[in-house]
Amino acid sequence: MKRPQHFMSRPRRLRWQAAAIMTVAALAVAACSSSSSSSSGSGSSPSSSSSALTASAPGITPTQITIGSHQPLTGPVAPGYSEIAPASKAYFDYVNAHGGVYGRKIVYKYLDDAYNPTTTASVVRELVLQDSVYAVFNGLGTPTHLAAVSFLNAQKVPDVFVASGCACWNQPTLYPETFGYQLDYVREGKILGQYLAQHFKGKKIAYFYQNDEFGQDGVKGLNYEIPSSTVVSKQSYDPTNINIAPQVAALRASGAQVVVAFSVPAFTALLKLNSLKLGYSPTLMVSDVNNDVFTLDGLLVTFAKQGGAKVNGSLLTDGIITDSYLPTLAETSNSWIALFKMVHDQNDAKEPWDGNAYYGEAVAYAFVQAMLKTGRNPTRADLVSAINGGLPQGPAVAPFSFSSSDHAGITGAFMAVMKNGDLIQQGSSVLTTDTSASGPITTYTGTEQQAPASGIPSP
Amino acid sequence: MTVQSLPRRLGVAVVVAAIVAFLSVKLNSFRDYQMAEVAVDVAAVAGLTVLTGLSGQISLGQGAFMAIGGYTTALLLVHLSWPFIAALVVAAAVTAAAGAIVGVAAARLRGPYLAGATLMLGVALPAVASAYPGIFGGDQGLNVVFTAPVFLGATFPLTRWQAWVTAAVALVTLVLLANLCYSRVGRNWRAVRDDEVAAALDGVNVAATRILAFVVSAACAGIAGALLVIVTSLAAPGAFTITLSIALLTAAVIGGLGTLPGALWGSLLIVLVPTYVTDVATSHGLSSSTGANIPVAAYGVVLILVMLVFPQGIQGGLRRLLTAFTGPARTWRDAPAPHVTPSADDLLARGDDPPDPPEKPASQHEKEGTS
Repeated sequence: MKRPQHFMSRPRRLRWQAAAIMTVAALAVAACSSSSSSSSGSGSSPSSSSSALTASAPGITPTQITIGSHQPLTGPVAPGYSEIAPASKAYFDYVNAHGGVYGRKIVYKYLDDAYNPTTTASVVRELVLQDSVYAVFNGLGTPTHLAAVSFLNAQKVPDVFVASGCACWNQPTLYPETFGYQLDYVREGKILGQYLAQHFKGKKIAYFYQNDEFGQDGVKGLNYEIPSSTVVSKQSYDPTNINIAPQVAALRASGAQVVVAFSVPAFTALLKLNSLKLGYSPTLMVSDVNNDVFTLDGLLVTFAKQGGAKVNGSLLTDGIITDSYLPTLAETSNSWIALFKMVHDQNDAKEPWDGNAYYGEAVAYAFVQAMLKTGRNPTRADLVSAINGGLPQGPAVAPFSFSSSDHAGITGAFMAVMKNGDLIQQGSSVLTTDTSASGPITTYTGTEQQAPASGIPSP
Repeated sequence: MTVQSLPRRLGVAVVVAAIVAFLSVKLNSFRDYQMAEVAVDVAAVAGLTVLTGLSGQISLGQGAFMAIGGYTTALLLVHLSWPFIAALVVAAAVTAAAGAIVGVAAARLRGPYLAGATLMLGVALPAVASAYPGIFGGDQGLNVVFTAPVFLGATFPLTRWQAWVTAAVALVTLVLLANLCYSRVGRNWRAVRDDEVAAALDGVNVAATRILAFVVSAACAGIAGALLVIVTSLAAPGAFTITLSIALLTAAVIGGLGTLPGALWGSLLIVLVPTYVTDVATSHGLSSSTGANIPVAAYGVVLILVMLVFPQGIQGGLRRLLTAFTGPARTWRDAPAPHVTPSADDLLARGDDPPDPPEKPASQHEKEGTS
């Protein structure tokens, strides 16, 4: 066969191509490495109150503590949640401006993962392998953080106060480095379930829940407390499908007088609007992820507008029953609310003052508490053992569960009702419980702490 | 030709492998991880660039094929504890089979209709994992344990091992694809891409050729999916969204459609640029909603600039620069496909009617042959 003419010059060209590819590839990767020169000191030194500040662990220098996080700053879940990390940073900045933690400033580097688990896996490796963060703090989301948790534990990087109520973070044998923060959904389900069983005796109850760890954990807790004979319907939804009309129709057909929803705010709003459309108005009880009434009202108005209707958000949320593990924003006299509002106005004024901002500051406060407990020159293991030794309650209404065998987080909440766009506490009792079927739900008798006058926890 | 150039291609592969090995030792663990990410994308983009650049079929479903490969690997590793290499082969085979099914439908569709059909695949398929949480672990996905072999020592960094494995697999994939592109199969793809009617007249089975391109492309995606699973230790629906498919197509176009080195340039770009701009744009004085979107916007600007400077993609631009030094050199991409003989051109030029569907001229051609 005659060789086509255009192939004649190939060998020479190929050599050129190969040479060019090699060079550019090498340059490209080498260029990347030049920016990454941060190597931190390692090795541990015994901490004592008078010793000089040393680089006692990765991410810790005599002047700084570098921590990292993955947060949904862009993408579909960003609205609202993107306020959390800036709020945490605002509180760290406040601490830094008032002497820092044993003189060290907290550097908080949070990267956007757009709520995509693959991106999470990548950015968490960037934080740990390249930026050598001391700990990963408040990584947000159940599916996203699950993509990072094994890696962090294999690397023995403290993974503290995950921003998700999944009970999966509380597995100290499997994940010794990982700690939850907020009330987990099983405990919450039990607390809500008991309230229903006591206050709506003999009424028909139905569940509406997100079909993943979040909703299923919640339902598990509800089932521990609510007699199964009174549950007339269980409807679940997939967060990627916004058409929940069939589920709402089924709820209506079941004749349920109370609907308890473990749903995210967007779907709680859809549930409410779809029920309205069918002229169905059961008593609604929702998970605390919805208790930022400001956000929920806004969603109701927006969704109704998209459907060509005009509604009054706060009128629609009136009477919705929920719970909360942090004091409500409406309690302006509460010392924590006053402190965090002040820090917000000082360092984070560009963001709205709402439940997300408040949450971000509260969890940052818990981290500062933990760091103060670790001592002057902590190793990574020191942070884990400090939290295992228990933490003061801080801004939360119930104590932390932390011990070497329990990494869950806040153990209780109070019941609340939405009214005029605010969250109003019901009664004065805070209820605490555990995650087991038989564990009792008890009224918390300890006193809530007051915020320190300086705004910074004492060691 | 092929015989002569196969050692050459192997030589190039060995040199690249040596560079990867050198860099993986020299650079830090995170760069190793990024190398592994690049290698994953190279495998997927190489398949796509062959499909779109050589056989002329656009696909927005490459991410979905990666999901098939990824979940196949994860299931085999988790439930049957297979060695990775065996799981990889099965993943490629399963995905190739899926590619054949999609290819049969795709062979009948053109342009935007094909893009639409594959878009549907890219959107719908990852949701299957959420629909059957019992098998696929729902939104949380399946966790996979992948460790470096014992003989490398306990302190050997896992990310370096991941970089080695992914780069090795990606290189083998590239060599095989290169062989295919220079072979009769590759010539048929280009013939069909340039003119289906003429290709059919020359006895090329247009439908089979197009389907084969889909099979090859899907197999590459399956390999990439398998690699992604061992890199991130996770197979989850969130990893295979439509965003991934679009990013892969972006990489293929930016790198230089239809060129295998272009797959490398494109992959480097989509992996490295977002990290860079995030580092640059830790901007202060902006509200979180504005500041957070700056990296996304900067990424877009980079893409636009590359397309303005290199309309033929990065590889096309590099080739043009080389041509400035070495004089014009025609490549197999620029070259007219073998079948386009003057007589065939004349034949087409005579008719004023728009070209018929490929099947019709093919049958006419056969009739003419037999009569």
